[in-house]
Amino acid sequence: MFQPSPWRADFPAIAALQRQHQTYLDSAATTQKPQALLDALSHYYGHGAANVHRAQHLPGALATQAFEASRDKLAAWLNAESSRQIIFTHGATSALNLLAYGLEHRFEAGDEIAISALEHHANLLPWQQLARRRNLRLVVLPLDEHGRIDLEQALQLIGPRTRVLAVSQLSNVLGTWQPLPALLAHAHAQGALTVVDGAQGVVHGRHDVQALGCDFYVFSSHKLYGPEGVGVLYGRSQALGLLRHWQFGGEMVQLADYHSASFRPAPLGFEAGTPPIAGVIGLGATLDYLASLDTHAVEAHEASLHQHLLRGLADREGVRVLGTPQTALASFVIDGVHNADIAHMLTEQGIAVRAGHHCAMPLLKGLGLEGAIRVSLGLYNDSDDLQRFFEALDQGLELLR
Amino acid sequence: MSLPVQAQEALASFELARGWEQRARLLMQWGDRLEPLSEAEKVEANRVHGCESLVWLVAEHVEGQWRFKASSDARLLRGLLALLLTRVQGLASAELAGLDLREWFTQLGLERQLSPSRSNGLHAVLLRMAELAANC
Repeated sequence: MFQPSPWRADFPAIAALQRQHQTYLDSAATTQKPQALLDALSHYYGHGAANVHRAQHLPGALATQAFEASRDKLAAWLNAESSRQIIFTHGATSALNLLAYGLEHRFEAGDEIAISALEHHANLLPWQQLARRRNLRLVVLPLDEHGRIDLEQALQLIGPRTRVLAVSQLSNVLGTWQPLPALLAHAHAQGALTVVDGAQGVVHGRHDVQALGCDFYVFSSHKLYGPEGVGVLYGRSQALGLLRHWQFGGEMVQLADYHSASFRPAPLGFEAGTPPIAGVIGLGATLDYLASLDTHAVEAHEASLHQHLLRGLADREGVRVLGTPQTALASFVIDGVHNADIAHMLTEQGIAVRAGHHCAMPLLKGLGLEGAIRVSLGLYNDSDDLQRFFEALDQGLELLR
Repeated sequence: MSLPVQAQEALASFELARGWEQRARLLMQWGDRLEPLSEAEKVEANRVHGCESLVWLVAEHVEGQWRFKASSDARLLRGLLALLLTRVQGLASAELAGLDLREWFTQLGLERQLSPSRSNGLHAVLLRMAELAANC
């Protein structure tokens, strides 16, 4: 039965892609954008751009107002106590680097950082490199057969030497929600700071950072139907106070002398230089749009499409799905067929999916794979998109076999 | 400069190909014609990185002429490599450096396989060849 997406028409690029015979199933990499975002960008640039937080003139005041309104919207979206807990960065990657550098002074040789085996490179490499700089031990929490962090082992591995636990909320390869409540509670009890990489998780469902109980929560705008170049770092007030300033320059400074300077606290103290103003305003517009949707209807739609995807994959001979995906995406390999060959066949037929290691090389290697195909869904996808994918897959496999 | 015989043959068959399916079939047929690499040749030194697939390029420069062997674990990429080798086999460094390989794949109707955003590895192989031609 055809399952339409009631929100498809809100995303003009979907129709444009369809005219080019492209079926977009790569939303975990980046999403298409709602008209509301396009309008906000056009309005901002069309009505007078200005730098924020520094000009006394009217355009500057308006830009600052719109920029700070986005901060308020983000605080509301995440249920943060205060907008001052929201730092804008240039992406999730730069937010995680900010943390790895900003917390560096808290480590002593021999301390431990715990991450999981499924981390995206963005939540692996900043910690790995910090560990190398400071002679720390990077502890990698293993997974169970479903692709979730193995809780029993994790609770053993996170101990009094663990200074930071940094884990994904939702795996970008396996589509599995991670057992955060137990992990975070245990890490806190051990005196560790907790960092949640919400790059995938934030896109599906609403998440309350206070209920989650993490010290830091990180995500990027472009995966949440917002513009690129904007990342969000939420921090508990106390945790933000622990961060040392990282990047230096305009706007983050309080007083500057030739030989010394003092810096502002969060958030502005961590937003050196001109921020991505239009992007931040655009993200605010995207959040307004998303907040206007019926959350339950979105969740039901995504869950139903995801089931359709999993059923279709299970019906096909030789298809092996990685882990037990719960939301939004599924990665798979096919016995005896190279994933690059499947990718070639799908690309030729206008199916936009992701092939390869998905920026999680150690995870794929651990699974004994060079790569996999990932199909990922957005709220604009409908069942015809999946139908076209399955037909293309069958056609490609027929040629290959 | 006239095309090598095998390259002429490749061009003739791809010019006749209609649609992506026929091109894919041809690619697989050409891939099957690649001379297999020995295990000794599938070493790290011959690996071409920057590809999602495993790709090896074995290059020998004998009496002023380049002799290439190549392979991959991905089937369609083997086809692309075979088509590449038909065009460059036996060339001198100056000829190789002067050759527009993008043009060659465009003639074959396969230019989209060369985009740097494609992780299939062909792009990386061309870069490696250009490097070899420049240094020898």
